[in-house]
Amino acid sequence: MKRVGVFVCWCGSNIAATVDIERVIAAARKMPNVVYASDNKYMCSELGQASIRESIEKENITRVVIASCSPRMHENTFRKTVAAAGLNPFYLEIANIREHCSWVHKEGEVGTVKAISLVRTAVAKAARNEPLTPSSLQITKRALVIGAGIAGIQAALDIADSGYQVDLVEKEPSIGGRMAQLDKTFPTLDCSACILTPKMVDVAQHDNITLHTYSVVEKVDGYVGNFTATIRKKSRGIDMEKCTGCGICYEKCPVKVDSEFEAGMAKRRAIYVPFPQAVPNKPVIDRENCRYFTQGKCKVCQKLCPAGAVDYELEDEVLTVEYGAIVVATGFDILDLQAYGEYGYGKHPDVLTSLEFERLVNASGPTGGKILRPSDGKPPRTVAFIQCVGSRDQAKGKAYCSKVCCMYTAKHAILLREKVPGAKPIVFYIDVRTPGKDYEEFYNRATDEYGATYIRGQVGKVYPEGDRLIIRGVDSLSARPVELEVDMVVLAVAVTARADAAGVGRMLGITTNAHQFFNEAHPKLRPVETHSAGIYLAGMCQGPKDIPEAVAQASAAAVKVVGLLNKDSLVGNPTVANVDESMCSGCLECTQVCPYDAIKEKSITERRGRETLTRTVAEVNEGLCQGCGACSVACRPGANNLKGFTNEQILAEVDAVCL
Amino acid sequence: MRYSLYPGCTLKTKAKVFEETALEAAEALGLEMVELEEWQCCGAVYPLAKDEYFPLLSPVRSLAAAGERGEKLVTLCAACHHVFKRANHAIKGDREAREKVTGYLEVDYAGDVEVVHYLEVLKNEVGFDRIREKVKSPLEGKKLAAYYGCLLLRPEKEMHFDDPENPTILEDFIRSLGAEAVQYPYRTDCCGAYLSITEEGLARDTVGKILKSAQRNGVEGLVVACPLCHYNLAKYQESLTDTRGGEGIPVHYFTELLAQALAEGPAEEERT
Amino acid sequence: MKVTTDTICSDLLKEVEEYSGEKVASCIQCGKCSGGCPMLEAMDLLPHQVMRLAQLGLKEDIMKSKTLWVCASCFTCAARCQRDLDLSKVMEGFRVIQLRQKGGNTMHPRQLTPEQLKDAPQQAIISGFRKYSK
Repeated sequence: MKRVGVFVCWCGSNIAATVDIERVIAAARKMPNVVYASDNKYMCSELGQASIRESIEKENITRVVIASCSPRMHENTFRKTVAAAGLNPFYLEIANIREHCSWVHKEGEVGTVKAISLVRTAVAKAARNEPLTPSSLQITKRALVIGAGIAGIQAALDIADSGYQVDLVEKEPSIGGRMAQLDKTFPTLDCSACILTPKMVDVAQHDNITLHTYSVVEKVDGYVGNFTATIRKKSRGIDMEKCTGCGICYEKCPVKVDSEFEAGMAKRRAIYVPFPQAVPNKPVIDRENCRYFTQGKCKVCQKLCPAGAVDYELEDEVLTVEYGAIVVATGFDILDLQAYGEYGYGKHPDVLTSLEFERLVNASGPTGGKILRPSDGKPPRTVAFIQCVGSRDQAKGKAYCSKVCCMYTAKHAILLREKVPGAKPIVFYIDVRTPGKDYEEFYNRATDEYGATYIRGQVGKVYPEGDRLIIRGVDSLSARPVELEVDMVVLAVAVTARADAAGVGRMLGITTNAHQFFNEAHPKLRPVETHSAGIYLAGMCQGPKDIPEAVAQASAAAVKVVGLLNKDSLVGNPTVANVDESMCSGCLECTQVCPYDAIKEKSITERRGRETLTRTVAEVNEGLCQGCGACSVACRPGANNLKGFTNEQILAEVDAVCL
Repeated sequence: MRYSLYPGCTLKTKAKVFEETALEAAEALGLEMVELEEWQCCGAVYPLAKDEYFPLLSPVRSLAAAGERGEKLVTLCAACHHVFKRANHAIKGDREAREKVTGYLEVDYAGDVEVVHYLEVLKNEVGFDRIREKVKSPLEGKKLAAYYGCLLLRPEKEMHFDDPENPTILEDFIRSLGAEAVQYPYRTDCCGAYLSITEEGLARDTVGKILKSAQRNGVEGLVVACPLCHYNLAKYQESLTDTRGGEGIPVHYFTELLAQALAEGPAEEERT
Repeated sequence: MKVTTDTICSDLLKEVEEYSGEKVASCIQCGKCSGGCPMLEAMDLLPHQVMRLAQLGLKEDIMKSKTLWVCASCFTCAARCQRDLDLSKVMEGFRVIQLRQKGGNTMHPRQLTPEQLKDAPQQAIISGFRKYSK
């Protein structure tokens, strides 16, 4: 016979103003198995907790129901209280009579009846609560950071500085990411490369960081503290030990293709270093375009290399490494403008994306930092900047605000005026959003000191007339039609998640939102964690953000990683799925529905009479299981049960409500 | 392949040449186009108010009649094409519309007759490369420009005709006849449509912009697929008088040029 | 007309949504509709202003606007709207509010000129009557 004690909290007036506490207690005393019921104004206070402990001992209570706020709030508090009184902490059951009851029912009668019902379900379940013991997990003291843009670099440096080994994996031949492509950064106009490259060098030189560029993470198994990742180091075709980075190899390469780093504004060779400050500053052979790989002959680079470092036979290397924690910092792309024919991108060479304009302004870019029209190489006198191209667009683009465009467009207006004296920047906008330190002031400089004219109105159409571009639009504030002749149009294109984000998410067991940005565990209170323990987020892969935010998030993720790796061992969550092998039919439906890949098949051998039989059953990896319960719902024979939430317990709750 | 042909009112009266040349060209290309027996006016405009089902009766009746023949329904007039495509879309996607309209007409129609514009037949079923081979009197040296207007292109989600901002089908067509396809910015802008009945001045202004833009780009002839565009573009040619002393830009139905190019012998100078 | 609590709390948005099926409330006034409208210069209210006045409940200002009658339903605005709104349907919604009233028709057979009757394609005349009378 279980002896259940019920403790009802007033939560000051939060509960007591709506729920008739006296009636709840009176009702509780009549419920099956209940031997004791009392109340307290604040059950979570030290006095309240002491009263629970005393009652447990005095009344010989073996199961505890606390009717109070949400278990999200105080379940841990009260589990400790129960444990302090000598009971298993999982003997506790909370009836949420605040968020689920008093806060949503203003009428006392309804609230009271519902509170009694909630207490009855909790009592029914508590009487069936079994003791649960968390397992202890070991932790591998090494972190994996995926993506080496500014967010990944910052996370790797912070973890490494805290004394842990970090592997930083980047799919491009160099680290640096998008920030390396930018010219100046808002709102201070310091040179992006000047502040980024020292960090890139720090990464290369750090004793605790192992850099894998031109590499991809192909597979991740395991769970918090015990991940195993498979990393493919794609062959560069270069012996990195022998290569001195002299650069002779790419001078004579006969192949020219669009440079990804230059956003297609310049050409690179098939053997190349993506940009002068690349880390590592050693070339890579692009096998899809290399004449030797496509046509079987050439080898010019090999002949020229004084160090004998070019080796076409070098193969990919596959590493399998164990990690305790993972930081995902895979960055962003920009929207494909296929659906935006009205802006003429791709049809007129002087219609550029902001990223292309960024390269045009950059001193190491294709024009050496001179702003020149791609069509005729002349400096533009008038440049129109169109914001929200694809952002805030529920029809053809992305519903969200890309967050960085307002600020970088103000920057572009300023840079235009600085580089082409007397040039006129004209900005078409819907709203100018400048929430950030010194951001509004920066935007004000663009209008007040640099002569940018802001027109509130989205452009209708861009088309060529002679060698200029005509813009048709409207100034929505004055309700006047706008028709401008300009020399260049720059489109502030929406940022998007990486095209392969959903696939990366599946590999890692983390979720994405409707726009393929990775989901944080809680939008406010757990912004760098994911729903998978031990995997953290940094930078644009989680959602649009600017450099300071990406860096802050990266450092936050690093602290989470370090906090995890600092522990000697991990306490597992005991409310995990459990398979009763005697009932399991081996259908493995549970393996299909498990979002965490935590259930695998296993062969068991058993004796039946004189025969020895081998059959398949499901087995739960308790480290991976997050206790979502999907498997126990899918299990037809009812062999799969979530500990702490067994079918029997849930049915008892339902019965308590309905019968 | 046999197609059902829906000519529409205007092609039987003010735009006879549109249908005649379409049939001539179809014969030359080996396309069998047989006029639908049971057809009536499509209604000319698609009803935009949410509760207007009445104007759907007429197009759906013609569509249901076409459905009995089991052939693709070919249209020529852009307005008919627009109305049919959208009526189909409404019948398919809007249960209330389907129940009300088919219930009233006492027909069983689910919106699945495939409505194709003659240009789409040329592009997707004949192929512009094959047309190029079949051309006997190429329109060499002619600088022609497409005028798309509105109804074929928009709304894209329902019309699925071409890129609404940068369409290419008419230019590809023009080139297949051996002529030069000139680009100019106003080719997808509205000509004013029926405003030429109520707001003449406004229609004159909008057409003026289109014609002047075409003229600046050296266009010698405009190619259209809509009798109303044809009417407006031809009617307000005086917009050009101040710059070109009375000389206008001829406006052709695309089928006129097609029939001309497919015909034997020396190309006639001007058919219209 | 002045914006008052009464205009803002009026049922105009609901009414126009009933007729047009379009959520006028979701317009963010980006102005792209007006930016591309080919009839802009003949309008006394630009398309985005019609949307704004509807959001504010200023029905009278909209109903007396010439804009409703010079919109040619060319769908350029609808093709570009970032909120996926079809303004041609919104305009039609306001038109039918007037047309369905007694004496609300704005086009009469007697106003057709002999020249129009002779030359204008059927399509133009039918479209005109469909748009301007009920």
